[in-house]
Amino acid sequence: MSALLYKGAEWSYDTIQRIHDAVSEIALGEMGLDVYPNQIEVITAEQMLDAYASTGMPIFYNHWSFGKHYTQHEMMYRKGLMGLAYEIVINSSPCISYIMEGNSATMQTLVIAHAAFGHNHFFKNNQTFRDFTDARSILDYLKFAKSFIAQCEERYGESAVERLVDAAHALQPHGIHRAGKRRTTDLRDEEAKQKERRIHEAQMYNELWSTLPTTPGKATVTDQQRNAMNQRLGLPEENVLFFLERNAPRLASWQREVIRIVRLVGQYLYPQRMTKVMNEGTATYVHYTILHRLHEKGLIDDGAFFEFLTSHTNVVAQPGFDHPAFQGFNPYALGFAMMQDIERICLKPTAEDRIWAPDIAGCGDAMGALRDIWANYRDDSFIAQYLSPRLMRDLRLFAIEDNPERSTLLVKSIHDERGYRNIRRSLAKRYDVSYTDAIIEVVSVDLLGDRRLVMEHRVVDGRLLATSEARKVLQHVADLWGYEVQLKEVDAMKGKVLADHHARPSQAAFAA
Amino acid sequence: MHIIDRRLNPGGKNLPNRQRFLRRARRIVREAVRQASASRSIRDIDEAGVVVIPGNGIDEPSFHLGEEGHHQPVFPGNKEFVEGDRLPRPQGGAGGGGSQAGQGQSEDSYQIALSAEEFLEFFLEDLELPDLERRQVTTVESEGMRRAGYASTGSPANLALGRTMRNSLSRRIALRRPRPADVAEAEQAIAEAQASGADESEIAELRRLRDSLQRRSKAIAWIDPIDIRYRRFEPQPRPMAQAVMFCLMDVSASMTEHMKDLAKRFYMLLYVFLKKRYKKVDLVFIRHTDEAKEVDEQTFFHGTESGGTRVSSVLHEMLRVVGARYPADQWNIYAAQASDGDNDPRDNLEVTGLLSGEVLEKCQYYAYLEVNEPGHGSNPSSLWRAYESIAQPHLAQRSVTHREDIYPIFRELFSRNEDVRRRVV
Repeated sequence: MSALLYKGAEWSYDTIQRIHDAVSEIALGEMGLDVYPNQIEVITAEQMLDAYASTGMPIFYNHWSFGKHYTQHEMMYRKGLMGLAYEIVINSSPCISYIMEGNSATMQTLVIAHAAFGHNHFFKNNQTFRDFTDARSILDYLKFAKSFIAQCEERYGESAVERLVDAAHALQPHGIHRAGKRRTTDLRDEEAKQKERRIHEAQMYNELWSTLPTTPGKATVTDQQRNAMNQRLGLPEENVLFFLERNAPRLASWQREVIRIVRLVGQYLYPQRMTKVMNEGTATYVHYTILHRLHEKGLIDDGAFFEFLTSHTNVVAQPGFDHPAFQGFNPYALGFAMMQDIERICLKPTAEDRIWAPDIAGCGDAMGALRDIWANYRDDSFIAQYLSPRLMRDLRLFAIEDNPERSTLLVKSIHDERGYRNIRRSLAKRYDVSYTDAIIEVVSVDLLGDRRLVMEHRVVDGRLLATSEARKVLQHVADLWGYEVQLKEVDAMKGKVLADHHARPSQAAFAA
Repeated sequence: MHIIDRRLNPGGKNLPNRQRFLRRARRIVREAVRQASASRSIRDIDEAGVVVIPGNGIDEPSFHLGEEGHHQPVFPGNKEFVEGDRLPRPQGGAGGGGSQAGQGQSEDSYQIALSAEEFLEFFLEDLELPDLERRQVTTVESEGMRRAGYASTGSPANLALGRTMRNSLSRRIALRRPRPADVAEAEQAIAEAQASGADESEIAELRRLRDSLQRRSKAIAWIDPIDIRYRRFEPQPRPMAQAVMFCLMDVSASMTEHMKDLAKRFYMLLYVFLKKRYKKVDLVFIRHTDEAKEVDEQTFFHGTESGGTRVSSVLHEMLRVVGARYPADQWNIYAAQASDGDNDPRDNLEVTGLLSGEVLEKCQYYAYLEVNEPGHGSNPSSLWRAYESIAQPHLAQRSVTHREDIYPIFRELFSRNEDVRRRVV
């Protein structure tokens, strides 16, 4: 017990370095993790609040909504309603972890194991992150975005840019290429591409084109022509922002560029929503394992180990549905429980596990199995595949059927033989973004006629959009598009139109 | 691995965002203050308070699914349920209602606490007194100090160093005080003479020169008391604008409590507003039936009297008070008259004569407020028509029935925008 990493709560940069090295030895050597190079930054509480406001990113363009979040967080923090996180970690290479100056040495150890190795490994290896994000260049891109938007503000006025960003933010969740061939954008080239596009535009400009007489043409447009036009535009398109950026007739090129920035940032943040449980589960499992190993190796003393256990237990607490503190599933708790359960299945499977998870049961290599799972799943598929009956019993899960036509709720299934599959399916669905998010597509646009844009919301299980907000967002769409916009809510199964919203561009529409 | 200490980075990274947010919220706060003041009792108008601003306007809308439709949520912690149990639907999202918790309905509103000062600021924003600058220089109230050259006496805190050193330098030059370098030079000459073995008398001569230099520099002080200057300040008399506000009200039997209440609210607003613009505001209450009398506030609003109605009487009384106590060249005179519009028809001619003549000439602003009982038709009264015929820019007339109309009307009268103010309802 002579080689303690630190004693007591005090820490210095040397301590941090030693902690990092010891943790690194276990994480890379024993657990076989594969991480981006680490960069650890020590920050104050105020800087943590700053980071909260701009989705954790160290550089971000200016917008009032970040100020709003800051004000909210600050007030809650000052009133003591909210504690601050111990760390924030950024999916970038090098992977930046912010640690708070007020943490004790044990907490710094926990944070380094959790963020700098757990999250870091997940960012680097998980397929969703690999598909959607470009960790190497995100910081450069954000720098470019910030300066580009600042330039626009200087040139076109703050309010013009603000309205545009408002509109783009409202549609940010609908600016993602979800399906089909993944179009990962290499963010490094974005700045060059933007310049290129502008030069191309300037070169192609020819006064002559503007003098072309508008073809008198036939007044009637056949359906065939309309379909051909829609096809050429790549409709239906679920990436609404992308569609507007490409095709909105009245936007200026800088406006398209701003929309593109918001869209790409949205795409960068998107995987975090799809992997909340897995990401936190991975990081929690990693810190739990590492801290245990440090203790076994005699690198931290019993006092530090108890301190770790206390805060770990708080993090993975899962109150029951009838507990006053219940706020839905705690992703840390669910994720960590599942990771531990998988470890158990690998090492000490029961007969039941061999039926439910034949691929890993008793394989003996828990870390290997976990690494494979961390790389290849996201929340919905992870739960659908690996939520075991044993864990369902431990958590005492039950599924409720909420049918709006009935005055009472029905307990559909509980944690028994008949209920396992339904509970697992229902829970997985709650984490499936294609189920929890509204699916909205641009379906047609009448470029040959009145230029009306038609969007469709495919309604599943009768869940319509929240009307008042939908109207506001639709107004933003109309302002961006510059002409009338229609949003139909269509039942996905029956094809019946359940609701229909219209919006016309307001006085303040964006026009080139 | 790198460790970077960011704690010393400049803070306030979010300052521009916060400023943008406040600017955006400001419009909404102003709206909220206007709404709050409509429901507030006028007596509390200049008190601090919390206004609630609605979430919209600073919300960030998104397409999200509403609460309707089929759900099949999963919860942890089952204790007693078995498959097929029927449960009552929980109300308001408490307890088992976690299904609602996930669906973020952002109908939240924000509470913003405003001080009395801020409240008034928002309340009176972009209002303006007409003709404020016309008669201003009046009672002199001294306040503030002004720099006024230099003095040879004063407190050490006010020592004018630059000026003192300038004096000292010119005196030293004038009196030919030897510079320290001159003395040093003389010393050096002695040393050199001694070194070169010059004769005694020459060295003695040099010594004498040095001594006289030293004596001279001792006799002439580096800084002499006569050099010293102090910055001088003198009190600056500032002219102060003062105003008198005449509250004129018909208290004849036809004026109901409701009407008086409307009038009172209007007076209060005007008072608060004048108070904000002038250091000193006098209030004069004159009530009238068929004869007018100056009274105190209590009697003005609560005393009862009966009789006919002669509006000219109140104008005569006002002119008398102005003549006796408030000369028009020293006071900004504002008058607000409230009446139900009933007047002895024979009197109207005299009223218009008085108003368009002496009264309006002396007044900065004359507001006529015709108060009505709700439910009565709004036929213009004879008095209204009489006032209408005068048509002077600083005579304003408005008709009001409901309590919540008072503030909009007040705003309209004092709005910065000329077009709005001139418009007659």
